[in-house]
Amino acid sequence: MSQTWIILGATSTIARAFARLLAARGHSLVLAGRDQNELQIIAEDCKIRGAEQAEAVPFDARDAKTFDPILAQAEQCAGDVCVAVFVGSMPPQDEIDQDPSLIDGTVADSFTGPAQFLTAIAPVLEQKGKGTVIGVGSVAGDRGRLGNYVYGAAKAGFHTYLSGLRNRLGRSGVHVVTVKPGTVDTAMTWGMDKLPFLAQPEKVAGDILIAADKKKDTLYTPFIWWPVMTVIRSIPEHVFKKLKI
Amino acid sequence: MRWKKVEYTGWGRVHQANGELARPERVSDILLATKDEAAPALGMRRSYGDACLNDGGKAIDMSRLDRLLSFDEDTGLVHVEAGLQFGQLLKIFAPLGWLPPVMPGTGFATIGGGIAMDVHGKNHHGAGSFGEHVTELTLATPDQRKVVSPENDAELFKATVGGLGQTGPILSAKFRLLKAKGDVMVVTERRVKTWEDFLPLLDASEATYTVGWIDATAWGDKLGRGILEEAETGGGLVRAAKRSKSVPVNAPGFVLSPWVVRAFNAAYWRKVPSAGRTVVKPVDDFFFPLDKIHNWNRLYGKQGFHQFQCVVPVNAADQLRDMVDKIARSGLASPLAVLKRMGPGRAGYLSFPMEGYTLALDFRNTPQAETLMRKLEDMTLAASGRIYFAKDSVARPKSIPAMYPDLPKWQETVAKADPDGTYATDLVRRLKLRDLT
Repeated sequence: MSQTWIILGATSTIARAFARLLAARGHSLVLAGRDQNELQIIAEDCKIRGAEQAEAVPFDARDAKTFDPILAQAEQCAGDVCVAVFVGSMPPQDEIDQDPSLIDGTVADSFTGPAQFLTAIAPVLEQKGKGTVIGVGSVAGDRGRLGNYVYGAAKAGFHTYLSGLRNRLGRSGVHVVTVKPGTVDTAMTWGMDKLPFLAQPEKVAGDILIAADKKKDTLYTPFIWWPVMTVIRSIPEHVFKKLKI
Repeated sequence: MRWKKVEYTGWGRVHQANGELARPERVSDILLATKDEAAPALGMRRSYGDACLNDGGKAIDMSRLDRLLSFDEDTGLVHVEAGLQFGQLLKIFAPLGWLPPVMPGTGFATIGGGIAMDVHGKNHHGAGSFGEHVTELTLATPDQRKVVSPENDAELFKATVGGLGQTGPILSAKFRLLKAKGDVMVVTERRVKTWEDFLPLLDASEATYTVGWIDATAWGDKLGRGILEEAETGGGLVRAAKRSKSVPVNAPGFVLSPWVVRAFNAAYWRKVPSAGRTVVKPVDDFFFPLDKIHNWNRLYGKQGFHQFQCVVPVNAADQLRDMVDKIARSGLASPLAVLKRMGPGRAGYLSFPMEGYTLALDFRNTPQAETLMRKLEDMTLAASGRIYFAKDSVARPKSIPAMYPDLPKWQETVAKADPDGTYATDLVRRLKLRDLT
């Protein structure tokens, strides 16, 4: 049975690479995001690469009205439905310090928007009794760091949400994968200095697909981030507060 | 558009550039970037020399704009963004029974780069250059997107194909794929004992894909010995290529010292049985043999290397022989020397191909190699041949007008398309290509 994948934030660099892998497997794709022109291009690219179907649909994490048509489509879908969430935004911490109202948008993009969507689609997935949900968080959510702790806090919230969702959906045969990428060579990180273990989006997308196939719960990608974050998480707070990492 | 300060090089790593790069991921980004700042476009930087460098200036990295925009299953006409790599195109379409019409020696090169260099492949004698298959291309000019075809603006088309990016960033291109029998190559390899045997074999080859490897370290009665490869596409099952490997660090000097290269070449030559053999290979193994070793340019060490490639007319075969003799006696050659018969096909004013023989080989970056390459440049000029801009890093401006007789036409069209010289690159400046003669 063919799968239909709903990809939220489908214009993001990692999402594009991931969509291509799904296309090569012949799945159907619902590519959701804000930039419709760009989504149309990605949809056509995926079709030529083997996707059974690919369509562009409007989605804005900050506007719940955009969720409804996608939810309706998922309900009507005859085959399996899977969801992959790539949305998120990371304004520089110093801009947030100047304008605290930016926190609302950051949290909506990285946590509450996708969480609302996933909560709304959960009954559909439960009814089908199978499928996969992939939530892309970040290693930044593992610890509050000086450089991006608002973004980190939003991702930490999303991680906890995904953990709960996994607990819920697992009971009806739907698997939830939490993905924690490190720094990835994307438009978001282009121009930033000294990024450790910078990974290519194709590598990260490939890791995500393997994790979904193997039904892993949490994925650090590239793998080096698992030991790195294990160490960082274990630093006592009274020491950590003095560090700049 | 965000610009990033970087130090970058071409594949040969001899020349370096310091500059700011933008790397758009959306069509709206590239249109913004070109409005911001007219800067030359570059792809995967697989040119060996300085064709892909803009030292002290800005440049636009097109590698993330790599989508397939449309494909017609009936005619094979495909429309792709310029950042798409030839290897990706091959990987997607070979299983469906289609091949890119022309492929350069590395699958990492982009379509945009392939057009800007009007690349050729192992089928040049039959299929012509890549640019000859392009039916339409779109330039991202500062004001708008401009669609250029041989019909609607023949001059701009000919100035863009093989035009080193001097008419502006190429956004996308349309060309026809070729129907293939399958995604496997049936390759016949023959040992060739001498130079005198080689050229007639190349001339007589009726295969779709033909290429010669020569041992550029052998001289005397072994001069020009090598292996002739002739191939056709076919159907069948072959084991997929092994996982690629990577050269992790710069290699020390002795790795490609003359003694090692000579021993390697002798062994490589003997690998093919004296009676020859026919083998089947996955398509990418045949077209992009070196791509399996990522960063193989590091084998030449930190100082980098040069590639020399020239083409000379058929009647200058003896002069080409003198060049090979000179190279062999110098002891400076690398393992990778390629000899091929070219057809007349070329699509742009500055396209490299001409009917004749082309020779390509690497030299580690040393003062002796540079001297030798200058001598080879003179010999090419005297033989009425030309050198290839995609490879060049040492040629001198005075050689170019005679090698490229259409240079004035190109200059005239480029001056109209880019009067302020905003797309100039290090190679264009070094060879004074845009200085009106």
